Amino acid sequence: MPKTTNKNKNQLIWGLVFGIIFGFLLQKGGVTKYDVIVGQLLLTDHTVLIIMLSAVLTGMIGLHSFKAFGLIKLAPKSGSIGQNVIGGLIFGVGFALLGYCPGTIAGAIGNGYLDAITAGLAGILIGAGLFAALYPRLRPKILKVGYFGDLTLPRLFKVSDWVVVIPVALLIFLLLLFLR
Amino acid sequence: MDFLAEARWSPYLVGIGIGILSWLTFLISQKPLACSTTFAKSSGMIEKALRGKKVADKPYYKEIKLDIDWQFMLVIGIILGSLISALLSGDFKLQWVPSLWAGTFGSAILPRFIGALVGGIFLGFGARWADGCTSGHGISGTMQLAVSSWISAIFFFIGGIITAQIIF
Repeated sequence: MPKTTNKNKNQLIWGLVFGIIFGFLLQKGGVTKYDVIVGQLLLTDHTVLIIMLSAVLTGMIGLHSFKAFGLIKLAPKSGSIGQNVIGGLIFGVGFALLGYCPGTIAGAIGNGYLDAITAGLAGILIGAGLFAALYPRLRPKILKVGYFGDLTLPRLFKVSDWVVVIPVALLIFLLLLFLR
Repeated sequence: MDFLAEARWSPYLVGIGIGILSWLTFLISQKPLACSTTFAKSSGMIEKALRGKKVADKPYYKEIKLDIDWQFMLVIGIILGSLISALLSGDFKLQWVPSLWAGTFGSAILPRFIGALVGGIFLGFGARWADGCTSGHGISGTMQLAVSSWISAIFFFIGGIITAQIIF
């Protein structure tokens, strides 16, 4: 099936192109730097939060508009309390110690940071491998506790998308003004 | 094109840029911006190269598949994009110890190496446990209003802020 192969190859090229733009933006935003990320966690520098909230505000309005016009399908991840709360906390510990996250460590490597390309990258690979080894034991127990599937906030509150999008957009906007 | 050579852009502009980039990844590739699965795939592929084909039969690797996919290329692109940006602005720098770390723990390489290694292990493990990271959950998932992503993003920061307060 040469057609599908071509399509896949095109998508790999798109992935690379989007990645180059993403990495360029992350570096220009300063979030490829340990000091900026840990500065956020110490609540002395709000760059990370401003970037994330501006992205979520822009993205949320766009994606829900495209969805309303039938142009895209959203793909919310399924989750559970055991998965997202405990996993989130473990991630947070690593976030503060390493000072990069999986996306920004790629950016940090491009920026020349040697702690990122050596120990940081090795650590992430070891951590991910450790999870894969423990997965069969974690899955039936902790990961399924409080399972809620691919729930979204509009479905949780049983309202249309815009009933959530508009107040969340306003809230983010106010938060951005406050962080300025 | 002077703006391409500036070291920093407004974080608001950068955020809006990432938001628009998310529109494009959905419209063109039907995919959200996300990174952490790529590290799990890489880990599995390295282990497979070292220990043989049976590694790919682990239940977790069967689920995520050990291949080079769209997201893998995205992560490689991030390295290149950041490199290009840093070279254009003269911000590229080979550096072992970040200054904030050095201010508290000193500028010796070994302590930072150990900190980054241990931090990386927690980060890699936690990202798989939560099934996403700061980009997949924190940006792409929250903008889709996914409950899993809002919970994860909030606990990333709770865990991160508490840890940072303890170590600094």
